[in-house]
Amino acid sequence: MTNKEKYDNVFMECLGLGAAQLSEALVYNSVKAWDSVGHMAMMAALEREFDIMLETDDIIDFSSYPKGMQLLAKYEVQF
Amino acid sequence: MFRLEEVLQLPPFGMDAVVKRELYLRALADLTRHHGERCAEYGKILALLGYRPGSERGIEDFPFIPVRLFKEFNLLSIDQADIVKTMTSSGTTGQAVSRIFLDRETATNQTKVLVKIVSSLTGSKRLPFLVVDCPSVVKDRSLFSARGAGILGFSMLGRDPTYLLTEDLEIDYVALEAFLSRHAGEKVLLFGFTFMVWEHLCGALERAGHRLAIDGVLIHGGGWKKLASLAIDSVRFRKTVHETTGVSTVINYYGMVEQTGSIFVECEEGQLHASIFSDILIRDPRSFLPLGPGNIGLVQLLSLLPTSYPGHSILTEDLGELLGIDDCPCGRKGARFRIHGRVKDAELRGCSDVQGAAKGSDGT
Repeated sequence: MTNKEKYDNVFMECLGLGAAQLSEALVYNSVKAWDSVGHMAMMAALEREFDIMLETDDIIDFSSYPKGMQLLAKYEVQF
Repeated sequence: MFRLEEVLQLPPFGMDAVVKRELYLRALADLTRHHGERCAEYGKILALLGYRPGSERGIEDFPFIPVRLFKEFNLLSIDQADIVKTMTSSGTTGQAVSRIFLDRETATNQTKVLVKIVSSLTGSKRLPFLVVDCPSVVKDRSLFSARGAGILGFSMLGRDPTYLLTEDLEIDYVALEAFLSRHAGEKVLLFGFTFMVWEHLCGALERAGHRLAIDGVLIHGGGWKKLASLAIDSVRFRKTVHETTGVSTVINYYGMVEQTGSIFVECEEGQLHASIFSDILIRDPRSFLPLGPGNIGLVQLLSLLPTSYPGHSILTEDLGELLGIDDCPCGRKGARFRIHGRVKDAELRGCSDVQGAAKGSDGT
């Protein structure tokens, strides 16, 4: 699986979304499941999937589907 | 218009009183105007108070509203459609609760500021996170109680969040031991409401004759008044926590759901401090005139965070005493103070105190 596929899978599983909903427009709080509880669950899932530990500031800055890919680059996760 | 971004990267306890005064004169003027224009009820209050913008000579001259208004009215400065989260103070059935409406900006700022303040004391590394509460407090995700909101806010600072209590508020030894073995040799972050920690962690361990040896930092807040009524002070609390759990660093915080995020934290000297994101004034309960250090009066809280609801300057029902400004031996700048409990005739208000009186209720 590519990193992009892994990333997409985490979003779809944690937020209960279909592939069609993964877009630039997917931002924090734009779907019901992506609230603070869903957010922390998704951060934990990404950490497991990519074997990384996110910094607190990045967890807060992780505000959208595209922004998350940018942030993960810091952890040497390339898309 | 003042923007929180101006101060977000500054050290949370590094601003001296002269600079802070200038910042607050500008920020409070902007926030008061902002809410006056956007929240019709707040605008009416300003008119009733005869508030004249630009007449302030100090931060004590800005209008303040009693916290009780958030129970009686839905006060918001945003469109209904922009509400992403509604937070409530606690309360058992039939008791009035505050309703605080957050948009994305205010909700995000609350989290950012909470993290800035707490990580300045605990470090920026995310520690394994042990919650001294039961999982059901965060169950209703759209309507957070003060307890649920606190847990979620602090969970950003940790990882592998694990709930220490079962639904019956008993220690979940299976979960605890699994957590401790997953994180053997690591420092742990514990978080809980004061009364939950006292009664359901320390008390339960004492009654069972158990002792834990956790290497960690405990952050606790809310419900101090219940302990004050049992004559348990900060020193005894710290000592008991250490003896029963092994935790050697205990940080109390003071804050309320009406100003989530910009909390006041206790330093190594056992003093509560205001960060750059908030401030405190003490007022005479009859004249409402500001009081200097050494006098007990009503606590007024100022916060730079609220833009979605008019909660930047509120008069609480708590009694407090200023101890000094910029002069704590710990080196942190800002006002330091002590809380003396609640005004006698105030309507009984729960927060995590309620759990003690109504164990097994809806968990708020």
